[in-house]
Amino acid sequence: MNIVELAQLRYRWKGQSKDILNIPELTIAQGEHVFLRGESGSGKTTLLNLLAGILTPTDGSIRLLEEDLHSASSSKRDRFRADHMGVIFQQFNLLPYLSMVENITLPCSFSKRRRDKAGDPQQAATQLLDHLQLDESLRSKMVTELSVGQQQRVAVARALIGQPEIIIADEPTSALDTSTRDRFIDLLFTQAEAQNSTIIFVSHDPHIASHFPRVIELSEINTAL
Amino acid sequence: MILLKLTWRSLWNRRISVLLTLISIAISVSLLLGVEYIRKEAKSSFMNTISGTDLVVGARSGQVQLLLYSVFRIGNATNNIGWDTYQHYVKHDQIAWTIPLSLGDSHKGYRVLGTNQDYFKHYRYAYQQPLSFAQGKPFEGVYDAVLGAEVAKRLGYTLGTQIILAHGANGASFSEHKNKPFSVVGILKPTGTPIDRTVHVSLEGIEAIHLDWQSGAPVPGFNISAEKAARMNLEPETITAFLAGLKNRSATFRLQREINQYKQEPLLAAVPGVALAELWQAIGQFEIVLRIITIFVLIAGLLGMLTTLLSTLNERRREMAILRAVGAYPRYIFMLFLLEALFIVVMGCLLGCALVFAGVQFAQPWVIAEYGLHLNTWIPGWSDGLMLLLVTVLAVIFSTLPALIAYRRTLQDGLTVKI
Repeated sequence: MNIVELAQLRYRWKGQSKDILNIPELTIAQGEHVFLRGESGSGKTTLLNLLAGILTPTDGSIRLLEEDLHSASSSKRDRFRADHMGVIFQQFNLLPYLSMVENITLPCSFSKRRRDKAGDPQQAATQLLDHLQLDESLRSKMVTELSVGQQQRVAVARALIGQPEIIIADEPTSALDTSTRDRFIDLLFTQAEAQNSTIIFVSHDPHIASHFPRVIELSEINTAL
Repeated sequence: MILLKLTWRSLWNRRISVLLTLISIAISVSLLLGVEYIRKEAKSSFMNTISGTDLVVGARSGQVQLLLYSVFRIGNATNNIGWDTYQHYVKHDQIAWTIPLSLGDSHKGYRVLGTNQDYFKHYRYAYQQPLSFAQGKPFEGVYDAVLGAEVAKRLGYTLGTQIILAHGANGASFSEHKNKPFSVVGILKPTGTPIDRTVHVSLEGIEAIHLDWQSGAPVPGFNISAEKAARMNLEPETITAFLAGLKNRSATFRLQREINQYKQEPLLAAVPGVALAELWQAIGQFEIVLRIITIFVLIAGLLGMLTTLLSTLNERRREMAILRAVGAYPRYIFMLFLLEALFIVVMGCLLGCALVFAGVQFAQPWVIAEYGLHLNTWIPGWSDGLMLLLVTVLAVIFSTLPALIAYRRTLQDGLTVKI
């Protein structure tokens, strides 16, 4: 099954005369881990927002999990994201006023599907924390007291809970040093594979590329540039 | 549920600025309610300056003027009424009791009221309360005086103090009744009415000090000693006004008409409640001013809340993006802000109510001791509830602005927020 199918996808910001994105074709299969590399200004962010269903394409089609999303209503796209996607940001992924476990189980509050899949969200969260090597001793801490690397791992747990099919990671390692970064990617891969989630990892950093079986240069598929 | 939890946690996370906003709303609300309370209390206190009296009768003028000089001791009577006219009504079969009032003299700026013992027996203020003595007793002798609470307090008089009355109602009178000093035999408890600022003497006392006077000035070379005067016939020829209580209150308007049509002398009878209401209309303008001020205070409070909400927008941008990423609808973000405002304003209203209640409870004993005014315990009424509702609705309307901004931003920012 293809997780992502883009065809003749074009996006143009309002008031601009040129497209920022024009992708004739892109297909990502289930379970694939894709590294999407692009310099800033290459349309990375726009593509992510299109995939996440926050933007709608000017033209062309977006099919995720064999569902047409380019023509879906905004609330349907929101629902789709809640049910099928986990998102990891570059930094500051966590709500400072929630505990570690509360942050992780947050998607289960918005998506019944992920809640059902998680079984007991509390337990699922603790399990993920175990797998991501976040010790018991850390769990009583405020999330703001965690190191950046630890925070990013909590974000991974949140993205993974309830087994969403797609994990979107937007420069999640840019604030980490090399050894933490490699360990982070390893853990992310292991956990994603355990639940058969597809990772779409976006970054400008070519050093990470070696971890990925598939690397897509945005400049090569985006004909608008 | 998650919405409430997130709102609460987020608020708690920013508790200091939220608390300050809440307090500023509470202060605005307590001012709003407090002013309304004071307005009502002032009105009821005013309306209860005189109580239990069915008619005030004086020479024909306006009813407001009659009320002003007879009850509030402000201004002067245009004319007096004859003693025989008064006697006619004392014996009237509809009238249960009367209190004669004779005004025109003063002591250090305080009005002197000539009356008789019936004053202490029948006069009622504020919900049928009789006059009571802090010290001493009613006057008996010609040269006895009973002081209102404020007179005694301000001038430092005690029982036995000798006082000289001055002719005319102004403090700066040059003509004093020096040869006939009065001695203080009683001091009244505070009433919160003009009685506190009145020196009470007997009608005979008033008559005695004016025996050797004519047309408002002492007759040169004509001096009657105090002792001699006291033995003379001191029945007054005129009084300024009198208060009357009826046997049957339903006869009030019939008797009022009868008095107004009295053939022997032009009289005016006023129903205190009606005249008080008319007077309040005239002086009650400050109500409007108070209201306007309060409304501005409230708007300032709400604007404060709006400012706080708007200023948190930037620091909460990340929070909103995270919520969007985990699947929150944009309208959810909108609700988050609305709920937050609702929480602040409802808590602010409750705290404001508590402040007013506590303030009134705290002030009660002091106001009673100092001014003799009984403050009613503050209990929110319909109008208060309506005002609180209005405040809440206004706050929610105000908060739609930051909510809308946050809503639009979450749509624009998408998943990637530049920090």
